[in-house]
Amino acid sequence: MSVSIGVLGLQGDVAENIVATRTALGTLGIKGTVKQVKTPDEISALDGLIIPGGESTMMGQMSLVNGALKVIKEKIQAGMPVFGICAGLILLSKNAKDRVVGKMDQPLLNLLDVRVERNAFGRQKDSFEAEISADSIGIPKTKGVFIRAPSIEDMGKDVQIVSKFNEKVVAVKQGTILAVSFHPELTHDVSMHKHFVSMITPKKK
Amino acid sequence: MIPLSGNLDSAKGKVSEKVGPVSITRGTSTLKRGFAHMLKNGVVMDVTTVEQAVIAEEAGAVSVMVLDKLPSDVRKAGGVARTASIRVIEEIMDAVTIPVMAKCRIGHVYEAKVLEEANVDMIDESEVLTPADELRHIWKWDYTTPFVNGARSLAEALRRIEEGAAMIRTKGEPGTGNVAEAITHIKKVNDELRLIKSIYDSGDNQDLIRMAREFKVSYELVEQTAKLGRLPVVNFAAGGIATPADAAYLMSLGCDGIFVGSGIFKAEDAKERARAVVLATTFWEDADKVKEAQRMIDERQSMLGLDVKNLELKMQERGTA
Repeated sequence: MSVSIGVLGLQGDVAENIVATRTALGTLGIKGTVKQVKTPDEISALDGLIIPGGESTMMGQMSLVNGALKVIKEKIQAGMPVFGICAGLILLSKNAKDRVVGKMDQPLLNLLDVRVERNAFGRQKDSFEAEISADSIGIPKTKGVFIRAPSIEDMGKDVQIVSKFNEKVVAVKQGTILAVSFHPELTHDVSMHKHFVSMITPKKK
Repeated sequence: MIPLSGNLDSAKGKVSEKVGPVSITRGTSTLKRGFAHMLKNGVVMDVTTVEQAVIAEEAGAVSVMVLDKLPSDVRKAGGVARTASIRVIEEIMDAVTIPVMAKCRIGHVYEAKVLEEANVDMIDESEVLTPADELRHIWKWDYTTPFVNGARSLAEALRRIEEGAAMIRTKGEPGTGNVAEAITHIKKVNDELRLIKSIYDSGDNQDLIRMAREFKVSYELVEQTAKLGRLPVVNFAAGGIATPADAAYLMSLGCDGIFVGSGIFKAEDAKERARAVVLATTFWEDADKVKEAQRMIDERQSMLGLDVKNLELKMQERGTA
């Protein structure tokens, strides 16, 4: 048995997530492959997908252009686990608005029942590192790297809060969807990626 | 993977504070370099107005760079080129959700401070503007805002990184619509990286310190770079990029992303061209997709461009110390 994990490679910090996921597989002793994916065909073959940090407007538009957005949506609806990081959280959400600009007309997957506020903590100068915890998924302490990070403002009843920072929700889970507003892939702690890997049920081969 | 380590303990730009009961730190190397990592595989577009910034965002740009004049107009106008109007920068920050960058003059500490106060997401200490100090670049560790700098060679790139740059771009020759210099610069950096990597792999520390002395940077930085076999920060291509094929070619040479200056908004088909350059940058490995992108533009509407041999002003020769 081997799991096939992809990192959506249209834009953003793809390589960092590949390294973190490979390390996570290694420490858990799970056999699997992790690779960059861009095309609908590559995405169709996956057991799990990571949507990395980057610019959500760009990723939304480019995945719409090559048909990846549709396939990602169908796969997630069919039960494929997905891990959205920062821009990935925004793409997964049902509703996103910017703190300053307001309502956005950007392509979204419309799956995670949350309303996201983009750039919730301010601009780059306000980006910060802080200790956070995610006790409900067995992570008592980890470093949160928040870069022009979004926050989760409203959520539906099926959404479980995984982590909060200063009363703002920064990590959630809804079924097979895990989404965080910070960047675990920019730290040496792979516990978030390990949790995601554990959510993937490998195909019987 | 590029490590985000490289830090200076005495960096004044690193600020620790309390937000309610929790302590946070801003301006760390991880945050500054990490910001540049989020731009990877993307296109940063030069803009002078809100309208252009909105076109750039809609086309899929990962960031916009605000200037008073596009580089080709800077070239035509002559005189002293300075940082853009703060009011225009603020209007653009209120109009788009993607990060907003702005340029300051090389060595102009107070233009940089003003841009930091204005809350731009990244500062470009740029040779496109008239240098304020021919000998000294800004000590970028003093800022919480990350900086990007231009470089024509590995030595220049490492000197800027040692001063605190969180991102590097090739200089190319701005405002020419001629990609030749950007290609030369990235190939030179790649050649030099291969050289120091081979020295590192051979275990010849004496030759490595000789390189450090030649580059005028610390042994530690040369060793770290040699071990990695690439720059320790994100490296974009810039200068003279005018078409989707230009962008795709530079991506294929190992650039992490693309800056387009005059190439888009000096063309007559700016809207389509902006989108086409993003497409070609995203799908550069797929020649058919690059062809589709190239088809979206009309070569008769490309900026005319300039041969670098005939230039009186070479911006790339500014701020090389």
